[in-house]
Amino acid sequence: MKRRAPLSINDNMRKTMFSRRSMLLGGAQLGVAGLLGARMAWISIAENERWQLLSESNRVQLSLIPPRRGWIVDRAGQPIAMNRSDFRVDLIPDRLQNPNRVIASLVELLDLPEEEVARIRADLEDAAGYQPVQVADGLEWEQFAAVNVRLPDLPGVAPLQGYSRYYPAGPAVAHLVGYVGAPSREDYEETRDPILMVPGFKIGKDMLEQTMEDRLRGEPGARRAEVTARGELVRELETRPDVSGDVLRLTVDAGLQEYAARRLGTESGSVVVIDTLTGGILCMTSMPAYDPNSFSDGISHLEWNMLSEDDHVPLRNKTLQGLYPPGSTVKPMNALALLGQGIDPEETVTCSGRTRIAGGNFHCWRRGGHGAVNMNRAVAQSCDIYFYQMGVRIGMDPIAQTARTLGLGQRFDDLPVPYQYFGTVPDPAWKRRRFNEEWQTYDTVNATIGQGYMLTNPLQLAVMAARLGSGRNLTPHLVAANAGPRAAPLNFSAEHFDIVRQGMSDVVNGAGTAGRARLPIEGVQLAGKTGTAQVRRITMAERRGGVRSNASLPWELRDHGLFVCYAPTDNPRYAAAVVIEHGGGSGAAYPVARDVLTYLYDQDLAMEALERYEAGWGGDIATRMARQEAEYRARQAAAEAGTMRDPLASRASRDPETGE
Amino acid sequence: MSTHQDSLVPEQIAQLPWRLILLVLAIAGFGLAILYSAAGGQIQPWAASQAVRFMVFFAMAIMLSRFREEHWKFFAYPVYIVTLLALLGVEIIGQVGGGSQRWLNLGFMTIQPSEIMKPVLVLALAKYYDTLPSGELRRLVAIWPALLLIGLPAALVVIQPDLGTTVVLVAAGVTIMFLAGLPLRLFIGGAVALAAAIPLAFMFLLEDYQRNRVLTFLNPENDPLGTGYHITQSKIAIGSGGLFGKGFLNGTQSHLSYLPEGHTDFVFATMAEEFGLFGGLLLIFAFAMLIRWGIRVGQNAQSTFSKLTAAGLSTTIFFYFAINLMMVMGLAPVVGIPLPLVSYGGSAMLTVLICIGILMSIDRENRMRRR
Repeated sequence: MKRRAPLSINDNMRKTMFSRRSMLLGGAQLGVAGLLGARMAWISIAENERWQLLSESNRVQLSLIPPRRGWIVDRAGQPIAMNRSDFRVDLIPDRLQNPNRVIASLVELLDLPEEEVARIRADLEDAAGYQPVQVADGLEWEQFAAVNVRLPDLPGVAPLQGYSRYYPAGPAVAHLVGYVGAPSREDYEETRDPILMVPGFKIGKDMLEQTMEDRLRGEPGARRAEVTARGELVRELETRPDVSGDVLRLTVDAGLQEYAARRLGTESGSVVVIDTLTGGILCMTSMPAYDPNSFSDGISHLEWNMLSEDDHVPLRNKTLQGLYPPGSTVKPMNALALLGQGIDPEETVTCSGRTRIAGGNFHCWRRGGHGAVNMNRAVAQSCDIYFYQMGVRIGMDPIAQTARTLGLGQRFDDLPVPYQYFGTVPDPAWKRRRFNEEWQTYDTVNATIGQGYMLTNPLQLAVMAARLGSGRNLTPHLVAANAGPRAAPLNFSAEHFDIVRQGMSDVVNGAGTAGRARLPIEGVQLAGKTGTAQVRRITMAERRGGVRSNASLPWELRDHGLFVCYAPTDNPRYAAAVVIEHGGGSGAAYPVARDVLTYLYDQDLAMEALERYEAGWGGDIATRMARQEAEYRARQAAAEAGTMRDPLASRASRDPETGE
Repeated sequence: MSTHQDSLVPEQIAQLPWRLILLVLAIAGFGLAILYSAAGGQIQPWAASQAVRFMVFFAMAIMLSRFREEHWKFFAYPVYIVTLLALLGVEIIGQVGGGSQRWLNLGFMTIQPSEIMKPVLVLALAKYYDTLPSGELRRLVAIWPALLLIGLPAALVVIQPDLGTTVVLVAAGVTIMFLAGLPLRLFIGGAVALAAAIPLAFMFLLEDYQRNRVLTFLNPENDPLGTGYHITQSKIAIGSGGLFGKGFLNGTQSHLSYLPEGHTDFVFATMAEEFGLFGGLLLIFAFAMLIRWGIRVGQNAQSTFSKLTAAGLSTTIFFYFAINLMMVMGLAPVVGIPLPLVSYGGSAMLTVLICIGILMSIDRENRMRRR
């Protein structure tokens, strides 16, 4: 029989069917209700923890309190980088109801320049909701108070009292400690540290501020607050205070650092002074320099252009990035190498002003020649011919080895600096590696007077002077706590050292090349060595017609002036290197070294001399920089609106061996 | 039952189904408390007007309970036609005015014809099967007029577009066809066809925003700040409530505005945050009682019309309740269906109280017959 439903259903069947099906329906509905209850139990019991966590993270907003950055102080505790109370005003885009009216009020209250208003508007457009946009910082108390008074009429305006970095010595410490600035997107992506997103928070951008970031930064505090979905504050919950960064004590003498910077005057140069007992760096100055105070505030296009167009390269840290042929400053080192190879210091070479070596003509800096010179005279009077002939006799390898032992070509890895151009100490192996060429005799000749391939930075020169003076394998350091045990003696005989040191003493105190470098201090003698580094080739034609005086050359063709020294001669305490770019010769360098070392013994005497110089230069650093900027501004009458940028971001990276 | 004559209260009052009334009052009262909390502990702007609205509509429901079965039967088709025309009118006004519209402004109040259509469709279908002789139940004539009755309003509602209401209309209509006694294989076949049609409908019939809602429902974490935000915030509210909730007026999700629509479609989440699983189960239990009562009324009814009407109206209430809770707990896409008697708003409350009013009238008839 076909399983076909009956075609006709009677009313009774219909009723039965309804009651069955409605039972089924009611049961199904109850089942669904049960399932809903079970689902709810699952969410609120089994998954409770997860949702509770999310609910809390909705409710509670964590805002970070930027920590105060640790001070950087000098060896005596004098501040080099400190924090100043800073009043700033931000805009919170989300709470801004009428941007035009609010900005207009702020312009009136804070006296904002046109270009700043343009920047604020641009920033507001890019800003995401709750992320504050800076209106102004470094405000006067009166301005800050005026904004606070008007606050009820200015929704979206957030006045904030914070701290800004302050470098009392300004440009004098720029290339020592660097500066701070707003973190870049890359900085944030590297660490994902939320503190980097806090407006106004700054991180170290160069030198010690950058390399010592971890110690200086401190621990951010946190404020927990209940907020609505629209970001309105309901109430504060709890606050964890911030922990300030550590104080960083340096080996540097702040007074000396500033003195050296001022003493460099209008020159482009660097001064490095090292404590020969510890290897601690007492001063590491490169001038001219930028003002880290204005860099830390963010720098305008104009300021940036002015600095990058300056031929005195204020953006380059010349103590570490400046590479110079050391010139005759390597001669004491040469002498030590010769002694090590058994050369008799009393053996004489006759200097007639020129000599032929391996088929080439080579000249002494003194056209008339020095006559018969032994080692002492060769160092004191810087005779080139002596070192040409002796150098060729022992060959390049022992010279290069001695140079490296004394610190030339060395990279000081423990030094907390972001970059070091360590230069070149050439030898045959190096030349083969680098140029795939054989070492030639004239290469040795050039190297013995610190020319040719030889390149050093001023820090290395100071280390060489310190090692020569102390006889110890000193390593330079900047952070006071990093002073290790006393450095081990260098592997040269005391006798040899004495000969070389006597030569260096005679440079200044005998019949040497730098008699004017004598210290005006009773009982303290200076030993040193002059150096003049050519930056151009002197042609034979020019030599015949008489070498042009440096003063008649354009500035950028003049010779670099160098001087390395230590004092006192009998028991060295300080060693120094001074390099004056295009100073015309060592005569530009050793007076600076003399005055800087004088400062260490008699500050008043040194300051007196400095004030005389500064009167001639047209004021101290700040005055001259202000004038320079005003002149530049006048030249760039149609200056473009300034915007913030990272001042050193475009500093090209160069080869640390050659500086190119 | 004792005699009512001895009682102090008049017979008309004593006759009312008090257990049901108390149940409805309890649900609505709980709803008012939640609205009071959702407004941050204030009767404005929601609780007060909701209370007034409830009292008016509830009084109307009591009045509806005085109607007799004949009245409902008589009015079923005319009211259906009027409501259908109103739906059409809304659509035309929408087309002319530009943009979709669901409301009809009567001057003193706005009504939503699609809401009114829910009980009206139940009445019309019940009326149709009531007039259909039992012998015709296995014929085609038992199917197509019913499909037409469901299809016309459903089509008008879906182009509004209002997916939630369409689902409730079709589901309630199909349930009545099922209860009317159509062969089971039709429903099994229909379910299979529906399963096959869903992907096609998803691709071609849904509006972009509806498609997004469905996609988001399937994976809310994909779009935590867009449409997924509703579901996620609702689950946070329910989940963080735990067993007994954060306490009355202590919900943070709702008070700090993280929960969107915390007084309308997501009112259950607002409640669950403050009263926890306990409050949720209580509310689910109350609705289960209400629906069970409605089904019972149908089972006790005499005529096919009353049976189908009672079961259909209960089912309509059930679908409101079930779809809303599934949506709030992340089991269904956000389709915009309020929780009856609890969510702030007039239209759904009106519909549900009409349903309850008609159910009470059938119940009254049942009891009078038994006496």
